[in-house]
Amino acid sequence: MSNIVDSTAQAPAGQQARASLKFLKNHLREYGILFALIAIMVFFQIATGGILLKPVNITNLVLQNSYIVIMAIGMLLVIVAGHIDLSVGSVLGFIGALAAVMIVNWGVPYLIAGILCLIVGAMIGAAQGFWVAYFRIPSFIVTLAGMLVFKGLTLWLLAGQSVGPFPPQFQLISSGFLPDPFGVDGFNLMSLLIGVGVALALAIFLVRGRAQAAKTGAVDEPFAFFAAKTAIIVIGIVWMSWLMADFRGLPNVFIVMALLIAIYSFVTSRTTIGRRIYAIGGNEKAASLSGINSKRLTFLTFANMGMLAALAGLVFAARLNTATPKAGATFELDVIAAVFIGGASMAGGVGTVVGAVVGAFIMGVMNNGMSILGIGIDYQQVIKGLVLLAAVIFDVMNKQKS
Amino acid sequence: MATILEMRDITKEFPGVKALDRVNLSVEEGEIHALVGENGAGKSTLMKVLSGVYPHGSYDGEILLDGTEMQFRGIRDSEARGIIIIHQELALIPLLAVAENIFLGNERAHRGLINWRETERRAADLLARVGLKESPKTTVADLGLGKQQLVEIAKALSKDVRLLILDEPTSSLNEQDSEKLLELLTEFRKQGVTSILISHKLNEISRVADTITVLRDGSTVARLDCKDGISEDDIIRDMVGRSLDDRYPEREPKVSDEVAMEVSNWTVHHPIQTDRKVVDDVSFHVRRGEVLGIAGLMGAGRTELAMSLFGRSYGRDISGSAKIGGREADLSSVRSAINAGLAYATEDRKTYGLVLGDTIRRNVPLAKLDAIADGLVVNRHREGDVAEKYRDRLAIKSSSIEQETINLSGGNQQKVVLSKWLFADPDILILDEPTRGIDVGAKFEIYTVIRDLAASGKAIIVISSEMPELLGITDRLYVMNEGRFVGEMPTAEASQEKIMARIIKSGNRAA
Repeated sequence: MSNIVDSTAQAPAGQQARASLKFLKNHLREYGILFALIAIMVFFQIATGGILLKPVNITNLVLQNSYIVIMAIGMLLVIVAGHIDLSVGSVLGFIGALAAVMIVNWGVPYLIAGILCLIVGAMIGAAQGFWVAYFRIPSFIVTLAGMLVFKGLTLWLLAGQSVGPFPPQFQLISSGFLPDPFGVDGFNLMSLLIGVGVALALAIFLVRGRAQAAKTGAVDEPFAFFAAKTAIIVIGIVWMSWLMADFRGLPNVFIVMALLIAIYSFVTSRTTIGRRIYAIGGNEKAASLSGINSKRLTFLTFANMGMLAALAGLVFAARLNTATPKAGATFELDVIAAVFIGGASMAGGVGTVVGAVVGAFIMGVMNNGMSILGIGIDYQQVIKGLVLLAAVIFDVMNKQKS
Repeated sequence: MATILEMRDITKEFPGVKALDRVNLSVEEGEIHALVGENGAGKSTLMKVLSGVYPHGSYDGEILLDGTEMQFRGIRDSEARGIIIIHQELALIPLLAVAENIFLGNERAHRGLINWRETERRAADLLARVGLKESPKTTVADLGLGKQQLVEIAKALSKDVRLLILDEPTSSLNEQDSEKLLELLTEFRKQGVTSILISHKLNEISRVADTITVLRDGSTVARLDCKDGISEDDIIRDMVGRSLDDRYPEREPKVSDEVAMEVSNWTVHHPIQTDRKVVDDVSFHVRRGEVLGIAGLMGAGRTELAMSLFGRSYGRDISGSAKIGGREADLSSVRSAINAGLAYATEDRKTYGLVLGDTIRRNVPLAKLDAIADGLVVNRHREGDVAEKYRDRLAIKSSSIEQETINLSGGNQQKVVLSKWLFADPDILILDEPTRGIDVGAKFEIYTVIRDLAASGKAIIVISSEMPELLGITDRLYVMNEGRFVGEMPTAEASQEKIMARIIKSGNRAA
């Protein structure tokens, strides 16, 4: 990589620092949310006397928030397309109930039941998306109806009772960890190696991307800023995997989550499908008149949301090891809040998968941190609400400034 | 006559750009003062400074009203002094009644309770003053654009206007309505109301204006007194800083014999009033290398014809056949129409043409994303190259391809729309009002693009309400009125009078 001429790397150090600061100021909207997460983590790390970043707690944090993150990814697409899905909490509960009834009551093998549940979830999303896309019924109303319907169906399916427990293999979705072939005592070396591998791959990917951009002369990011950013990301990933390796290793659900984040980030930012979804959200009429099949894409966005809500339902049911009629209540609000904290716009056309995930973790870290501190659920709600408001105000003000 | 308004040495800077550089504007009481300049010359910025949208302190220079310095902090301040702007995009609430709109924010109320009788009575008076024969209870959405414009003016009058500023008031009006509006302005002049008229339509300006201030690149370049006999060419020379001997590029038509598209018996019904034919049994053809014009008044059905052809984007119960390159074309969806070689650049670029929040880079390849992708994955370098190429080729004035299209001027937005369709590489390109709201210089550039496209063997169909434009750039014309084609003529034999005669005659026959 040394043969690539990077003009911004030649500048003296003082100038580099100033340029980096200026760049950060101009791109505060993109990076602000990440800094907010780091600041919140540092705050709770100190306030909880170091409990927050203990390996066992980090692992817990991931497990606790996995289903919110999974749904936030789907919700990001829905919101970017200019819609909303209020039914995801109820769908999560319904799919958990369906899985429980199939596996526990009917004895369906868990693998088949899981696949069926994902298909049912996709069909639920498709059914709602059908009305939104092809009949132009506002998504707020369609999914509000869906929220009520599936809440009711969950109660009906479970006959008001909790159903469980699940077979141990099914529980592994949520409580399993990546096996370690190295057999080091008390430390999951495999997990650390994966973390290091991913970090390195990401670093190479970033450096190559910058090098390619440099060839076309489209680099406006100062070199010092780029180096610092890459270093923070690499160190962050390695450190997190070290922490988790020190407990029991990477949870299975973490791997699923990471794969989903990677896939959907790529789809939204790099593929024609992603481009088209953003275009629809930005201006549906113009997109349609450019030959984009906005109806079908909207429909698929909802079907995808349904499938991810179903996946989250399986994860949640496996974690609780039981399906309860109350599962999933108000989850939709956490998911939607995560997406908006992550910088998506109510009007559509704006937002990123990574932003939504960071938004979900901001909410998650605050939940976790405040619980450790013993702050009552009453104050927790108030604080979370204010953080949501503050994040969006910050975003809007930043936008107006530029 | 006394000077009512004087703006002295107004300088306004945005990050990286000096939008206004020591601009001077002086308006006499009771005159119609025209403000002209190319898009981006600074007209809108100047008016925003005047109306307080950019508050005192955010610009340099001073504003004197009746000789005293004003320091407006917002629109409320300027309106309190009787300075009222009517924007190009009307600010009416479509679902409220005319009277409610007129007194919106200025309700005839006592302790929060609206006095409806007084509201309607005063609204009726104001409507009479602007010559609008509609009930104050009519919903604004039920009025045509011309009448809505009059409601806006009535609203301005309700605020005791001293200085009325109209930004492109006739850009979306047909000729009759424009005519009425200009008469109204001259009527106001008699009553002592001063107006500032911002317009690209130089024929209108030279007819009604008393004084003309010309802006170019953020500076005042001329103040012309119309008593001295100003010609349109004089104004244009000042606007563009060069003399445009011809407003249309020279071209030698190379129309081939090969028919690019042939449409027969095309009939389209209104999407809601299903028994109404918006396009009625229309047949036409266009040849390769030909620039075909479709003339007609607003509401003649030209846009509806184009949109119904383009993937059935308008109307229902569409019948008729369309052949492209001699074969029956599948126009059932926008995608298939594009694949068949048809493209349609809309008359309303903000609503239908651009994803405004997105960059030039993302807008240009939108109609043919597959061409910049490897499989499903967008190749960002090819995307950048394409955007750069068209930015260069059409001379889109912008900081870079990463600029959001919402921040471009109208002419440059139109160029982005054109780029999108040029990149889609159609055989037949329908351009609906391609130069609406665009300044003279950009118009010429767009005409040049049209000429070059035709020369490369494409068939171009231009829909325009500006007859001189059609006469200047097309090879052959169809005249459309009330959903039907009522005339066809080679442009060489056409004139504005002939076209109008066709329209009027066909209207008489129908009546």
